[in-house]
Amino acid sequence: MNAPHSNAPQMRTAASRVRGLGAARAGTMDFWHQRVTAVAGIVLTIALIVIALSLLGRSHAAVVQILGSPLVAIIMLLFIFNSAYHMWIGMQEIILDYVHADKYKFLSLMANTFYAIAVGLACAFAILKLSFGV
Amino acid sequence: MVEITLPKNSRITEGKTWPRTSHATHLTEFQIYRWNPDDGANPHIDTYYVDRDDCGPMVLDALIWIKNNVDPTLTFRRSCREGVCGSCAMNIDGTNTLACTKAMDDAKAPLKINPLPHQPVIKDLVPDLKNFYAQYASIEPWLHTVTPAPEKEWTQSHEDRTKLDGMYECILCACCSTSCPSYWWNSDRYLGPAALLQANRWVQDSRDESTGERLDNLEDPFRLYRCHTIMNCSKACPKGLNPAKEIATLKKAMVERQV
Repeated sequence: MNAPHSNAPQMRTAASRVRGLGAARAGTMDFWHQRVTAVAGIVLTIALIVIALSLLGRSHAAVVQILGSPLVAIIMLLFIFNSAYHMWIGMQEIILDYVHADKYKFLSLMANTFYAIAVGLACAFAILKLSFGV
Repeated sequence: MVEITLPKNSRITEGKTWPRTSHATHLTEFQIYRWNPDDGANPHIDTYYVDRDDCGPMVLDALIWIKNNVDPTLTFRRSCREGVCGSCAMNIDGTNTLACTKAMDDAKAPLKINPLPHQPVIKDLVPDLKNFYAQYASIEPWLHTVTPAPEKEWTQSHEDRTKLDGMYECILCACCSTSCPSYWWNSDRYLGPAALLQANRWVQDSRDESTGERLDNLEDPFRLYRCHTIMNCSKACPKGLNPAKEIATLKKAMVERQV
């Protein structure tokens, strides 16, 4: 949240504005998790490319069987959750960088969270459906 | 939301071309940002011709020459003329640097000179650095101790002393902070490379006894973590320092104390 707005900002001292609401004592975990998911993303993306290449030219039934097999499905699920989390942190950073008006900021932060969860779950559901059938 | 265009009263217009001295043969063209808070006009770019045979080699020499010989109303800060005070920081040829240590021959002619970017302008090339200085003050740039002061001095090993190299040399000219896009967008909450380099100077100081409190006061999504390692700061620093590296050291300390 921004420092409390004053109707006469020129009457507040620079020190008052800079000190604002104080330090949030947060942010390090987002920074660290962004790096962790980035490193995991390298390994998982290579695995995803290998999986995708192995699907080339195969029939629908074979593709379903490969994607539904436990090892492949687990790798795909890891890729999905890792990417969704990484995407959520990254977009949050961009919103904090560029969206300054409180109303838009909180709306876009919420939308970012909903979107990351929805996309992650939808992708995970597709993989689980292949694994377990319905 | 993001402001893409300048407000109408900030749009820069074409200014005056000042006459060149008649007898001069070796001239360098200067295009300089002018704005006067008293005349109600928009900022404009004035053109000057500097007689190089009558002037020292540095950009600051040229500005002083213009002020003395052509236009006494041209306003800029300067003091030491040797890269120690940081007063004459400005944007020269697209890069923030010190006018006193930038040679005219090292820049493309015509030399385009603007105030430090994204700070309120007081007049011409003089930016308002109140916020910048308040941010520096907020990191409490002095030794914090709980141990009673020793009779002589606080001692420090040579090895610990070398940890301050690359930080103590900062002259607070604001070239780095005002070159940082993250600082442009969020200077109200992001401390910027200069204040963070200075913060790390005290975090790394072996004599300081408030390292944890210092890190507490920096740990914030805005104060510290708006740095995205864009590196403009390190590229701009006229003293050859590397604020991006010092900020990375701060982030490392933040992770170290949690993980």
